[in-house]
Amino acid sequence: MLEFISRMLGRESASSKSVAKERLRLVLVHDRASISPAMLNKLREDLVKVISNYMEIDEAALEFNLCQDDREVALVANIPVVKMKRDYSAKGQELNS
Amino acid sequence: MGEVIVVTSGKGGVGKTTTSANIGTGLANNGHKVVLVDTDIGLRNLDVVLGLENRIVYDLVDVTSGNCRLKQALIKDKRFTNLFLLPAAQTKDKTAVNPEQMRTLCQELKAEFDYAIIDCPAGIEQGFRNAIAGADRAVVVCTPEVSAVRDADRIIGLLEASELRNPKLIINRLRPAMVKRGDMMDISDILDILAIELIGVVPEDESIVVSTNRGEPAVMDLGSQAGEAYRRITKRIQGEEVPLMNLEVPKGLMDRLKKLIGLS
Repeated sequence: MLEFISRMLGRESASSKSVAKERLRLVLVHDRASISPAMLNKLREDLVKVISNYMEIDEAALEFNLCQDDREVALVANIPVVKMKRDYSAKGQELNS
Repeated sequence: MGEVIVVTSGKGGVGKTTTSANIGTGLANNGHKVVLVDTDIGLRNLDVVLGLENRIVYDLVDVTSGNCRLKQALIKDKRFTNLFLLPAAQTKDKTAVNPEQMRTLCQELKAEFDYAIIDCPAGIEQGFRNAIAGADRAVVVCTPEVSAVRDADRIIGLLEASELRNPKLIINRLRPAMVKRGDMMDISDILDILAIELIGVVPEDESIVVSTNRGEPAVMDLGSQAGEAYRRITKRIQGEEVPLMNLEVPKGLMDRLKKLIGLS
């Protein structure tokens, strides 16, 4: 009854537009996540490049995927580290001290 | 050299054909030489919206396949001597034309007209690819519904992938009273999601049904709210800056009551 009254008075609480917006937001995350393999490859290359600045990684064993379930889309990367680069770990020490 | 503008949406039934007819008629009314091209092969409708269904002899497929010359297929409008229609074929399907043929046709139209307005079919298959092939600009029509906004988002992605940058948005069939009570997404909600430039908002208006019944685009009806919206869109397409229409719902008894008891 209270909801009816507040609806009659145009209160936002019962609005269906916010439901529409939230549903759209979710569905568009899914729609837009279906990106081309070429773009995914480019992203993978860029990511490897950046990480390689800091550590040596095993590129052959690298896993890289867009995972989707009902509620969200996640970029999941499993990147085996072979070794850390010495110069960066030294810099890290300096920053910490 | 003229300009080719494609009117598209992804979802069907959001008002592409009505929008094309009104923009085309509006541009012609402002003195431009305009051709409207119906690319919805197999489901042609632009002819009836314009009231020209009885005059069709040749169609788009006749032109692209060389059965007739372009001039023979163009139908002159009843009201404006500077407005023409190139109708779609009704007995063939979308594969009867290919994007290359459309590009050639659009070049030919641009040499002859100030504006060519392409009415795109619903969907994202060959009909869509044909319609956008020769276009310089795109207008995306969308209604304030989840399904229409979702499809518009997909279409915008596809347009940008085919080098049709900066498509402009028309929000069609907005119902200000529903927006006001929070039961319909408003202009800013939709712009938030689609993130493209707005070129017009057309309110839901019964006069559209009446004008379609008669085959006379609402843009010529000075008493129609939707007609006014289309007149403004036409001006923006010509590059003029025009403010959005005021679509506020007049203050009613309920508003005054709310104010009285301190709810707003």
